Amino acid sequence: MSKKLLSLVLLALTTFGANVSQGKTQLIIESWRTDDLKVWRDKIIPVFTKTHPDIEVVFTPTAPTEYNAVLDAKLKAGTAGDLIACRPFDKSLDLYNAGQIVALNDLPGMDKFSKFALAAWSTDDGKTSFAVPMASVIHGFIYNKKIFTELGLTVPKTEQEFLAVLDKIKKNGKYIPLVIGTKDQWESATMGYQNIGPTLWDGETGRKALIDGSAQYNKGGFLATFEALAKWKPYLAPGYQALAYADAQNLFAQGRGAIYPAGSWDIAVFRQMNPKLDFGAFKPYSFEGKGEVVIDNHPDIALGLNAASKNKEAARTFLAWVATPEFATLYSNALPGFFPLADGDFTFSDPVAQEFDSWLKQGPQTFRCSYQILSRNANPNNENDLWNACAQVLNGTFTPQQAADFVQKDLASWYKPQQAK
Amino acid sequence: MVKSKRGLPIHILVFLGPAVLIYTAFMIYPLCDSLWLSLNNKASSGAGQMFVGIQNYLTLFSQDRWSAPLWNAVRNNLVFFVIHMVVQNPIGLLLAGLLATRIRGAAIYRTIIFTPTILSVVIIGFVWKLILLPSWGISRALFGIVGLSGLGDYPWLGTESTTLITLSLMSVWQNIGIPMMLFLAALIRIPDDLMEAARVDGASSWTIFWRIQFPLILPTVGLIAVLTFVGNFNAFDLIYATQGALAGPNFASDILGTFFFRTFFGYQLQPADPFMGSTVAGVMLVIILVGVLIYLFGWQRRLQQIQF
Repeated sequence: MSKKLLSLVLLALTTFGANVSQGKTQLIIESWRTDDLKVWRDKIIPVFTKTHPDIEVVFTPTAPTEYNAVLDAKLKAGTAGDLIACRPFDKSLDLYNAGQIVALNDLPGMDKFSKFALAAWSTDDGKTSFAVPMASVIHGFIYNKKIFTELGLTVPKTEQEFLAVLDKIKKNGKYIPLVIGTKDQWESATMGYQNIGPTLWDGETGRKALIDGSAQYNKGGFLATFEALAKWKPYLAPGYQALAYADAQNLFAQGRGAIYPAGSWDIAVFRQMNPKLDFGAFKPYSFEGKGEVVIDNHPDIALGLNAASKNKEAARTFLAWVATPEFATLYSNALPGFFPLADGDFTFSDPVAQEFDSWLKQGPQTFRCSYQILSRNANPNNENDLWNACAQVLNGTFTPQQAADFVQKDLASWYKPQQAK
Repeated sequence: MVKSKRGLPIHILVFLGPAVLIYTAFMIYPLCDSLWLSLNNKASSGAGQMFVGIQNYLTLFSQDRWSAPLWNAVRNNLVFFVIHMVVQNPIGLLLAGLLATRIRGAAIYRTIIFTPTILSVVIIGFVWKLILLPSWGISRALFGIVGLSGLGDYPWLGTESTTLITLSLMSVWQNIGIPMMLFLAALIRIPDDLMEAARVDGASSWTIFWRIQFPLILPTVGLIAVLTFVGNFNAFDLIYATQGALAGPNFASDILGTFFFRTFFGYQLQPADPFMGSTVAGVMLVIILVGVLIYLFGWQRRLQQIQF
């Protein structure tokens, strides 16, 4: 009843809107980023409409947890918007395979993205891309500058230095050396394993080798990462097994912890939780006998074109604009912690965001090893297994070798290239 | 004068109608649809679904990657249920017994003890998480008072051995008002003269309780047991609110409800599998059905034979 009423009101509003904006083409964007509504309305869309007065753009987000289901229903009913925010990898690939979003290989500006940037929204063979990459998130460590000054610490660059710094903070006893909990499980994998691991498994080389079956979770760099992760255990907060993600954020924002394994999106969270907190960032540390540090630059959001859109020309014009450096600068400055996937130099008003971004120019990058193809199976699911295994390594209920064997065995149980290895 | 032949009892149909319609539309139809879904699977051509008979059930019970989490969930669910039976219901009975003696302020106690039951489970989960939080939770200070500050930092919700018990006790704390109220209603219904007669005969309170009151509230004991059973094997919300859909650590708090949720709706990168999800739901239905049938034929029938 109330839904019917709501849709009637919406219908009335849209017809009213259409009357006012005579001759204008209206584009509707579907997204899960409800937090960004104001940014789109006040900062991004006005810039576009200044140069394209004939196109009206409306940003209509749905709550993140409901987005997939709502979008699915709308696409089936033919009521989805013209432009569709795409999650990385399989969820969007399914949309493309079902013919619900279209290929965008020939869109002006797409050639400026590297194969790496497009991978999350391309077919498995990498030949067809179906969304314009908008933003990525980067992993690293955030540290409390005040505590570092107080204890006379310098930012660590190698694993040895990192552990030495943690030792010093632990000996001092006043602060928690490393703030991460294992209760929600995903932080252990995402901010632990995927944060420091890429250097050990040689970034893209290792990630691709895992997919083609020439590398295994229980050998080489992937095993070494479990071993490196286990070394964090003595430096965690008391009772860390029951600390959830938000609890860890809280501890660090209150200034009770020195180092926080982070995703770049945490920048905005800490700025908001405690504006007085003076924090900096340092990149994942290097390992003895290993080459350059590889940064985990994980694709997060892209924009695709609804195959059923009635305003495809206008939508393509908008998408071409999304592919420009102008959009990238606008977007990532409005949302500190989200970085453009386009090649080029960008400046950020937030110094910590600038620091994160600077790492990308210093060396190679990759994205989370479990996201492309490997987590396609429902049971066992590779990403869920990694969460469980990494949390157990930090909890001390798995040795690194046990964790690695567990993840590998489950992957090999359904993934052909990994079988008989 | 006597109307020997009645027409169609239309008024009965009118009274039954709304309930039958609503139950059919919102309970019976979805139930049948879900069972039907569990007999299907993805068509091999990729699109649509096809009938596979009991294949999904065979998969669930015979393949290790399905049966291991299923039995883990069943085992955890049993522990969850047993803790409710041995903690929640006896304490509920004790509280009801105390309140039935008409102690001063009984109404206030009754209200306070019943309050958690009407709170949202999300609030319950959140509050208890805060209380038990190692870094700054209330339990830390409380344990400190009795000189056990080490226990305050214990990750009750973070180790495999304590998580399920902690969650069960949280659930007991929340739901204890229900058995208390039902027991209280049953105790109050017992005529006073029975107890007075026993007292005149020299029976102690203890004897009166076990020989008179308890046998007379036996139907309620059975009712509460079956309500607890159905509630526990359908439980999901508290575990989901405090531990998330992965019911960690290492699935130590995974019960049938969370296992079903993960399978049916998917989680994070895990794709949804509505067919296997419905199969898990089918198994839950059978377990609950068996429990209820045992109650109906093993308990309620016998009681009636005793009473009449």
